[in-house]
Parts: sequence; structure tokens; C-alpha cells
Amino acid sequence: MKLIIAYIQPHKLQDVKRALYAAEVFKLSVTNALGCGAQKGYHESYRGVDFEVNLLKKVRIEIAVNEDFVDRTINAIIEGARTGTIGDGKIFVLDLGECIRIRTGERGGAAIG
Amino acid sequence: MRFSAVLLALVILAVPISAGAAEEATASPLEIAKEELQTNINIVWTCVAAFLVFFMQAGFAMVETGFTRAKNAVNILMKNLMDFSIGSLVFFLVGFGLMFGKTNGLFGTTLFGLAGVEKGTGWDWTFLIFQTVFAATAATIVSGAMAERTKFIAYLIYSAVISLVIYPVFGSWVWGSLLHGGGWLEGMGFHDFAGSTVVHSIGGWLALAGAIVLGPRVGKYGPDGKPRAILGHNLPLAALGVFILWFGWFGFNPGSTTAGNGQIGYIAVTTNLAAAAGAVTALITSWCVLKKPDISMTLNGALAGLVAITSPCDGVTPFGSIVIGGVGGVLVVLSVLFVDYVLRVDDPVGAVSVHAVNGAWGTLSYGLFAMDGGLFYGGGFKQLGVQLLGVATAFVWAFGLGLILFSILKHTVGIRVSAEEELKGLDIGEHGMEAYAGFQIFSTT
Repeated sequence: MKLIIAYIQPHKLQDVKRALYAAEVFKLSVTNALGCGAQKGYHESYRGVDFEVNLLKKVRIEIAVNEDFVDRTINAIIEGARTGTIGDGKIFVLDLGECIRIRTGERGGAAIG
Repeated sequence: MRFSAVLLALVILAVPISAGAAEEATASPLEIAKEELQTNINIVWTCVAAFLVFFMQAGFAMVETGFTRAKNAVNILMKNLMDFSIGSLVFFLVGFGLMFGKTNGLFGTTLFGLAGVEKGTGWDWTFLIFQTVFAATAATIVSGAMAERTKFIAYLIYSAVISLVIYPVFGSWVWGSLLHGGGWLEGMGFHDFAGSTVVHSIGGWLALAGAIVLGPRVGKYGPDGKPRAILGHNLPLAALGVFILWFGWFGFNPGSTTAGNGQIGYIAVTTNLAAAAGAVTALITSWCVLKKPDISMTLNGALAGLVAITSPCDGVTPFGSIVIGGVGGVLVVLSVLFVDYVLRVDDPVGAVSVHAVNGAWGTLSYGLFAMDGGLFYGGGFKQLGVQLLGVATAFVWAFGLGLILFSILKHTVGIRVSAEEELKGLDIGEHGMEAYAGFQIFSTT
């Protein structure tokens, strides 16, 4: 079992979701994030005082998958999120120790579905 | 003795006769006082109404902010603020004269900057402030339809042009004789009491032109051409805005009497009934068509009723007002869907459907429902025909000039921001600041 964490541009979420659904990955959770990478921030000012904004808005997707779904999930995310410009994001793949479905108590691969 | 008695009688008789002659030549002190009081009541009422209509600017600002995304809130508010500020200055310097100065047949040629008017307590000043807030209302209608993707500088230029020329010249054709001008439309019997066409349709058709030339927001239409929802970020603000507009409309319609008398109460009633009817029918329509009672459609419905009743409010019955407002509520829901799905024009706040479409409907409805001359009251088709002429003229004037103006802007300063800036938000791109600093705005559109 693997936990796939992806940081993407917020406005690409709809495309990523569409690609995931096409790959038959329906279960995911999404959170707000601020982040910075290779891209520089941008300039803001308030009543005459300048300041740099380096932390840009990102969206974090977390998907728990069984081994056979890892590749198609990663490919779907890349297909949905890639624009070719700086700021497309990153995907991390973590080993998942255990997964339990709360409603039924199932464990392991069956709980991931 | 008898002679002096006759003389005395003659003298005594002469007094009432001479007093009678004096009454015909000059008014009694009571008459003069009454007239002065009425004039001052007129001034006070018109000023209060003008201040109410000014407050509608806050209403527009809140409605437009609520129906658009948080990342563009600063930009929308700036556009509203500058619509009024630029409009006030430009209308005072030029527009007012074009609209109400001595006419050359097409537009006014005097009263620029109120030249020649004594700086004192004369009616012209009250009339100016009243007309200024009306002009500003027309100008700010467009900012909603062009929201979230318009270059700020291009918008400022448009804002100056509408209050400078587009609004006043058409206005002179309908309302010029309210002061020293005169217009061919009013000469033909065109009736637009408070401005369904003069204010709302002019603004609405310009809005349509702007939205067409601009194109839709990024992500509004999918690759298959189907519209996608771009959610407004603050419906409480939008609702607040509509309530403020409803409140301000009690200055807009009843204020157009520019006189302190019972007509104010009558018009307030017709206005309110139309607004309420519009909200109710929009609710029912959206409930049927969209399966759930939709607040944004219902809010638009109240506004639609208000826009529709603006033209006929002084000359229709209360039941007529209910019908006029009610039809407006249905029209606005259908029109929003039509513009979105069929015309594929992106109108973030429904400005075209509320103001242009219902401005036209309201103006035409006078030809149907007017107690004096309406088709349903035995007046035949004459009034309806004149109303149709005015509505069509407004469309050609505003939409045509709008297309020209926005096309010129598109090919000179450019009217649209880059796609990258549009995604990041105009607040950052155009103004270098955020509306909601410190908030975690979770937006994926």
C-alpha cells in the first residue's frame, strides 16, 4: 500500500480530478497549502510599503492506493497537472503501514478499495 | 352732511375693490409663503432621494464583490469607486450640459460646469446632484459584466466616456426638457419616468458589448462549450448589496418626482410591489428549472423587478406593478441561462439580464399597463409603439457605441489582462495587494 501526496497548482485541480476519474481513482482528499519552490514570489505593497510574497497558494492531494494502482495514479496526476511551466508541483510516494475503514473495520488492501 | 356720507361710503367701498385689484396683480403673502415652502420641500426631497441613490453605489459594490471571486475583490471595488468618482467629475464638467443644456436638436450646448448658474440656492444645483447619481448608476452597471478579467486602465477610460457622452446624449433625448433642453424621443411621447431605459438599458447594453469584446473568463467554458460554474465568494455580501439597492431604489423612483407630494408614496408602493413580485417569481422559476430555490437568482429577481418598474412606476396600477415585476423575475432567470448557455457570453453577475433585458421589458410594459394610454387600458398601440422605438434606439446607441469603444480600447491599450494574471487574481496583478490578507482562501478556479 502506498500513500501518494501531490502538490499542484490550485487551478489545475479540476483537470487532475478528471484525469484521476478516467483512471478509475475516485478516492482522494484535498487540502489548502502554501508553498514555494524554484519560482520566485511576487511583489505586493500596502499603503506605500513594499513586501515580497514568497509562499504561493498550492493544493495538496492525498491518495492511498494499492500497489497495482500506483503507476496509473501518478500518471493521471501528471497528465492533469502538467503545464510545462515552473510551479507545476511535485509528487511524493510514501509507504503506507496500515489502512482501516472506519465504517466496517476492514483493514489493508480491502480498506483502500 | 349727506354729501360727506356719500363720500365716506365711496371711500369705504373703494378699499375692498382696490384690495381685490391688488390680489390679481401680486400674490398674497400666504400664497408666496406656500410656494416658497413647496419649492424648499421639493429641494429637500430631491436631495434626500439623491443621497439614497448615492448609497446604491455601495449596493452595487457589494453585489459585484459577492458574486465574484475573492482574488478579484480589490479590483471590483476600485472599479466601483472610480465609476462614481470619475463620473461625478466628468458629468459635472460636460455630461450635465450635454443632457440638460439648451439643445441644438441632438444634444445640449450650455450648462457645462453649470456655467452661468448663480452659485446659491437655485434649483439647478439640486437637480445636478440628483442627475449625477443617476449617471453614476448607469456607469457602474458595466463593471459587473466585465469583472475578473478587465485591465483597470481600460475600464477607467470607458468609465470616463460613458459619463461624458454616451449616457448624457441619450439622456437628453428623453429627459432634456426637465431643465433647459429637449429631446426628440420625449417629444414623441416616450415615457421613462425614472430610467429603465435611460439608465439601466444603456448600462446593460454597454455591459453586453463589453462582455462580448472581452471574451469569457479563463475556465468559464469547457472544451465542449458547456459553461462551468465560477462561484461567487461571498453571498452574504451579495445579499447585503441587493438590500442596499432596494433601499436606494426608494430614492431612485419616488425621487424622480423631484417634488414633495403624495406621488412619492404611490411610486414607493408600485416600486416595492414590483421588487417583491420579481423576487417571488424568480424564486419559483429557479426552483422549477434548477430544482432548488437559488439565492443568486432570487436576488437577481428582486433587482429585475426594480429595474422593470423604474420606467412605468408613476403611471401603472399596483396590480400592474405586481405583474410587471413578476414577469421581470421570470425573464431574468431565463435570460441568465440564455446568455450563459446559448449566447456563450460570460456575465459574472447577470448585469445584462437584470439591467438590459428588464430595462427593455419595463419600458415596454408602460405601453401595455399605463392607466393613461396603455394597450390594456384601451389606449391602443400608439404608446407601445413609441416605447418600442425608445427601447430599440437605446439598444442601437449603447450596444453600437459600446462595441466601437471597447474594440478601440482592445486595439490600443488592450482591455484584457494576461491569462496568468487572471489566474493569480487581479488584486495582485492590477493593484499589488490582496483583499483578504491573512485569510486562507481555498479557491480552485
